[in-house]
Amino acid sequence: MDTCIEKIRAIAADLLARGTVEKVIGFADGSIPMATRPIAVSSPKEVEKLVFNSVCGLNLANYVSKNSLSKKEGKIAVVAKGCDARNLVTHIVENQISRDQLVIIGVPCTGMVDKRKIAALFEDEITGFEETGDTLIITSSSKTETVNKADVLRHNCQVCTHRNPPVYDVMAADPVPEQTLEQPYADVDHIAAMDADARWAYFEELTQNCIRCYACRNACPLCYCPTCFVDESSPQWVGKGQDTTDVATFHFLRAFHCAGRCTDCGACVEACPMGINVRDFTRKLNKDALELFGWEAGLDLDKRPPLDVYSPNDPNDFIK
Amino acid sequence: MRFITIDKKNWTQGIDQSRKTYQVFGPVRDENGCQIKPLAVDTHPEMDAAVTVMSPKSVLFPQTEKILTATLDESKEDHHIMKPVENGDIPRVVLGIRPYDARAVQLLKLNFDNPDYQDPYWCEAYDATTFVGLGVTHPGPCDFSTAVGSGPFNEEGLDVIMADMDDKYLAKILTEKGEKWAAACGFDLAADARESQALFDILRKEAEKQIQAEVATDQLAEKNILDLYEAPFWDDVAFSCINCGTCTFVCPTCWCFDIQDETRHNTAVRFRNWDTCMSPLFTHHASGHNPRGTRVQRVRQRFMHKLKYFLDKYDQGIMCVGCGRCVASCPVNIDIREVCNRMNDYETTK
Amino acid sequence: MENPYLPYPVRIDDIEVATEDKSLKTFTFVFVNPEDEEKFAYQAGQFAELSIPGVGEIPIGIASSPVEKGFVKFTVFRTGVVTTHLHNMKKGDIMGIRGPLGNWYPWDKLENKNVVIIGGGFAFTTLRSSIVYMLDPANRNKFRNIDVVYGARSPGMLLYREELFEWEKRDDINMHITVDGTDDPDWKYHTGFVPQVVEDNAPVADEDTYAIVCGPPIMIKFTQPALTKLGYQPHQIIMSLENRMKCGIGMCGRCNIGKELVCKDGPVFTLEEINQTPKEY
Repeated sequence: MDTCIEKIRAIAADLLARGTVEKVIGFADGSIPMATRPIAVSSPKEVEKLVFNSVCGLNLANYVSKNSLSKKEGKIAVVAKGCDARNLVTHIVENQISRDQLVIIGVPCTGMVDKRKIAALFEDEITGFEETGDTLIITSSSKTETVNKADVLRHNCQVCTHRNPPVYDVMAADPVPEQTLEQPYADVDHIAAMDADARWAYFEELTQNCIRCYACRNACPLCYCPTCFVDESSPQWVGKGQDTTDVATFHFLRAFHCAGRCTDCGACVEACPMGINVRDFTRKLNKDALELFGWEAGLDLDKRPPLDVYSPNDPNDFIK
Repeated sequence: MRFITIDKKNWTQGIDQSRKTYQVFGPVRDENGCQIKPLAVDTHPEMDAAVTVMSPKSVLFPQTEKILTATLDESKEDHHIMKPVENGDIPRVVLGIRPYDARAVQLLKLNFDNPDYQDPYWCEAYDATTFVGLGVTHPGPCDFSTAVGSGPFNEEGLDVIMADMDDKYLAKILTEKGEKWAAACGFDLAADARESQALFDILRKEAEKQIQAEVATDQLAEKNILDLYEAPFWDDVAFSCINCGTCTFVCPTCWCFDIQDETRHNTAVRFRNWDTCMSPLFTHHASGHNPRGTRVQRVRQRFMHKLKYFLDKYDQGIMCVGCGRCVASCPVNIDIREVCNRMNDYETTK
Repeated sequence: MENPYLPYPVRIDDIEVATEDKSLKTFTFVFVNPEDEEKFAYQAGQFAELSIPGVGEIPIGIASSPVEKGFVKFTVFRTGVVTTHLHNMKKGDIMGIRGPLGNWYPWDKLENKNVVIIGGGFAFTTLRSSIVYMLDPANRNKFRNIDVVYGARSPGMLLYREELFEWEKRDDINMHITVDGTDDPDWKYHTGFVPQVVEDNAPVADEDTYAIVCGPPIMIKFTQPALTKLGYQPHQIIMSLENRMKCGIGMCGRCNIGKELVCKDGPVFTLEEINQTPKEY
């Protein structure tokens, strides 16, 4: 992938030098192999810290919702992959930030790697990670592996059909070809085909390692409620312990709150310290939004999400 | 103290024999990494597993623990009177615990077992648990235990420390509890003390050499709390933090908990659950006032507690054993080693 | 091993509405097991966790005084889940108390000293405990002059009104009762905010005078300068802090201010000690 980092840095430096924006939110190198970290740079000489590569798996739109920004912040630029840009569109539509407060530095993306898949190739801990083009060279104290990026892509990137930001102010590279998929929701269909008992068992196993750290919720740009439903006390909707019903309730309800809004950016799974694929829940609802309302989130600044507006054509066969 | 050798061919058999006395915990791999888990009758610890994602603190301090119950049935004489839950002091053994995690247990002990109050749940679990450590011959890239008072072959908090010698384990029995465990397993082959200690010393040196931790803590004690608190770098440190609970939950020395009541039909139960200073609710008063209502304040609290308040309060070093789990698991790669250096190096301009 | 999480069972013996807007009620508890009362022996300034099975616990300052036997009293403001539940309970209901918790006002240090007590709103609970303790015949001559400044929004919002007026009549204590405002023509005490009344009426400091201050953050913020004007040094100003608590025994880690745990190293601190900690309360 053309990481287009030089272009990103140039754009950022230019925006900052002219004073068009107060800060640019992007990624910087991390302190351990396969890590990057979100940073905000506010002067042209800092743009050298910005990086863009195949381990930029978080969603920077997370840093521009109302509760992330202080009231007096000026214009901000955000480095945005296809999915991230769609979340920025959703933020604008949901009044979390105004269009003119944002400069979207669009980055066409050919996908992020699945760090767990890579770690599973080794018995010991990874000590080095290098990327050249589509080849990854990963080392540990016992061996070196050379891998094709395509073989270790995250699942959401494998099924991504919006690699290019649909809305942007400036693009850091030429658009990349979009994928067309025969069966984009094969994973959802597989679960939906299970009978109720099998499905319940599947979900129990899926969430059994959950430690209620809320990294998934906090990494998600959509989860910006000042008080999340799990934190309410009057009344208390969900217990805070490890009871399996409480854990499942958190995941189910969170997925429903993201229905029609989720862009499948994968930040939730990336953030989870236990590697739980919470996308099994959100993707089902994304599929429903597509099939029931013809809707995909974050593609159009002028359209409101289907759960936000009423139309007489809304499906209503659930009304008996 | 004495040394024994354990032929690896006898290892699983010995573990199985010890199940008559102990509930056995040890590291196992699953699709998501390694965890310390209670081992069912036909499972054995994977002693060559990499560092576990979660620390062993849950053996003594489960994430959710019932502590009291009461019946709400007013026809009963003791209605609304709370009674303690017996969590049982079944003897346990944690196999393959890393030395830094054993030190972490000793740091937790400062909190749960002090002259003023003793937490009966934690203390009884501690008394019932034997820690059989395995020296870490290949410390990973996130291990910085030598910089913070521990190390790959440290003995603090362990009842036995073992070294992996390919076809056997060389074990140094450190305490009474360790002796009892060895006896329960039937591990009894004595090894020469001087030679064994020499071997341990070599292994320790080799392992410590591999840790390239550049973490300085020597100036932290003499810094003024308020100077560090007012330092200008906290905004920078806190920018990317998403205030989840990952760092606190994977950390072997974090001990904060919440107490919550739940009812089911006619029974009231009081639980304690792990809690995290990263949560906005942590310090939220009923009046709505929140002394740590912003993200920066919470991030600052975590590092100040770990690297300064604890140091000042207990004079036992910092509240970090260098396991590196927070570094490995933090979704946004906030690195405590970097923050520690910033704090250690910080000079006020006045 | 003693279990510090286990509450003593108590029965609600009396409930009094404490303020005209009914937002505060004073609860009198009696120990179900009489021997628990001795185990609960407390000092003025301490607090306890009121424990309602299935609902939760709340840390509340003890309003009754160590010299009052046979019961313990707490005045509770209705503000959240547990306090609302408590307010709806009845005489005879069973619940629990854990304690006594925290440190107390430094009675040793205050012997042979002049004591100025300053309270605002419903933070007067442990101050009541202190005054009753000091005025008790067995204790009164351990202390020199006692001055009290206590204010609330209106007469109906003053706690322990009847006792306040009784104390006002005594000659071994100087009461300065004030309200922010009132349209009661028979109001014979002060009108005005606590900080101003302090400045006008509290004794000038000397090395044998200490002030105990307890109140909402805003009152403390403006009372401090008034005390400074009168010459009080930070080590002579004693404060009782509040913070969110759960265990009350210094173990759950929630209530810290710097390295001090408000539930165990406090809640009583001198201003000198507080000035050396981050202001996270």
